[in-house]
Amino acid sequence: MSERTHTPRAKGAGAAGSGLVDVRRKPATWTGLWYVLPFLAFYLLFLVWPSIVGLGYTFTDRSLAGGDVSFIGFDNWNETLTDPGLYESLWNTLVFTVLSVPVMVLLALGLALLTDHARRLGWFLRLSFFAPFVLPVAVMALMWEWMYNPSLGLFNGILGQLGFEGSEWLFSENTAMVSVVIATAWWQVGFNYLLYLAAMQSIPKDVYEAAAIDGAGVWQRIGRITLPLLARTTVLITVLQLIGSLRVFEQIYLMTGGGPNFATRTVIQYIYDSGFVGLRIGFASSMAYVFMVLIIIASVAQFRLFSRKEA
Amino acid sequence: MATTTDRPAPTVAAERRGAARRGPRPNVGRIALYTVALLAALLWLLPLLWSFATSIKPEGETTVTPPTWFTANPTFDAYAQVLGRGDLIRWTFNSLVTTSIVTVLTLIVCVLAAYGFSRFDFRGRPWLFALIIGGILIPPQTLIVPQFILMTQLGLVDTYWGIALPQVVAPVFVFILKRFFDAIPRDYEDAAKIDGAGSVRILWNVMLPLSRPILTAVGIFTFIGAWNNFLWPFLVTTDPDTMTLPVGMGTVMGNYGIQYAQVMASAVLGALPLLIVFLLFQRHIVTGVAGAGIKG
Repeated sequence: MSERTHTPRAKGAGAAGSGLVDVRRKPATWTGLWYVLPFLAFYLLFLVWPSIVGLGYTFTDRSLAGGDVSFIGFDNWNETLTDPGLYESLWNTLVFTVLSVPVMVLLALGLALLTDHARRLGWFLRLSFFAPFVLPVAVMALMWEWMYNPSLGLFNGILGQLGFEGSEWLFSENTAMVSVVIATAWWQVGFNYLLYLAAMQSIPKDVYEAAAIDGAGVWQRIGRITLPLLARTTVLITVLQLIGSLRVFEQIYLMTGGGPNFATRTVIQYIYDSGFVGLRIGFASSMAYVFMVLIIIASVAQFRLFSRKEA
Repeated sequence: MATTTDRPAPTVAAERRGAARRGPRPNVGRIALYTVALLAALLWLLPLLWSFATSIKPEGETTVTPPTWFTANPTFDAYAQVLGRGDLIRWTFNSLVTTSIVTVLTLIVCVLAAYGFSRFDFRGRPWLFALIIGGILIPPQTLIVPQFILMTQLGLVDTYWGIALPQVVAPVFVFILKRFFDAIPRDYEDAAKIDGAGSVRILWNVMLPLSRPILTAVGIFTFIGAWNNFLWPFLVTTDPDTMTLPVGMGTVMGNYGIQYAQVMASAVLGALPLLIVFLLFQRHIVTGVAGAGIKG
């Protein structure tokens, strides 16, 4: 399915009017734009246009149920910025991020170090640690809800046999978020783990051999060679994980529904609740914009930090 | 990647020290290392194994406390029940259709755009590229409300196109592919140009064959991402007949009540398609993550 395009022949362009231009020497043509156009069409229709329209919705009392729409100025914005529910869900999202990022980075590093040293088990370890990453979120949620089940679940069963008190896991405000983080770590750590493993395996062997000849032990080699050489990978993984964690929604929604008592409701879920359950398009849109701006600020700040580290 | 170096040959003593550490003789450290690694792997497989163990129990044995790993009467009854309902098969088919649409379209439009940005100069190119790359920063989840209303206006709610089309916008892949194309030397194209090849033929005959690994990686990650996408398909489908596998399992499964063997049989069946894909393409996936660092 190749796009047949009729390229307008640029005046005086060489190369039989193919439009292929050595950027340094020849005049611009329209050919490149034809290639960019299909993507641009999707991009404008499904990303740029909704962004603009959504901004317009924030100044109206539009309802998902239909009905008359009137202009209400900054009412939605005022309500959003003074809404305790938004701050609560921002806080929950932040708690999830602060708990999950260190776990997802350090765990990935530990598992990658194990795999890098236990070479004989390489394929089996890669398979085990990465397999959960490809599971649909609904599958992961069903499995963990079953293991977390307070009366019949595997975890409390094991704890009980060892003589410990079982936990409420997903059903208590105190433990629900931690339980979600544990399940998320199991589910998603494989990606960071593969990034680390690839970085480790690109370290030239003779560096290690030289260190071994100088009498460095395993721990010294990890501490003095592996970890310093992985610094850039660590920064990259941390940045990606932070941005990913801030966008959390689906596994929490499926496992706890945002409960108990809204203790795990994230910002994305609050936007969904306001717009699709509460039917308040304008209010949900202004909330989405507040969150979008926060995410963009966080991302840009991180990338700037990251590129400075790289330099 | 062994490189020959001009290092003086190590002394015999040093050689022996190194050999003791890397030699075939297992020592305490190695045994401990392999034990820890195996335990960690088993711990990671535990949820999958436990789901399977539950799914082959007779329904009456799933609620026994304390939980047991093995049943005396293993049965595939739960699988028969779940498959007999038919909805899981329906959802899998829906997922397959929508995911294929997303993957094919994403590859086509991203490759064309990356080629356009990489090899041509045109008016507005720098700011157009900046606009598209800026889109990487926008979390798609924050656009769900206006996107949903747009889909309502286009009449695409509860359709395959409605599920698939908004997922095609992946500016990050344009960025990755452009970087890859930029790294391909222009000599190949120059040779083709002398033979009178146009830009479409050069893309097809020169660029694409040279970028097979990155195209495979992008394709696989688009596929996994679209297959497991939950939020958008969840919003845009209300009819159980058009739901994708993750959405159907996430919303309809509640009706199964406390038939845990059946719930776990569904989970195992729902996990299978992508686990098989993963096993088949393991090498591509590993190198894909390593090479590009794509995060869906």
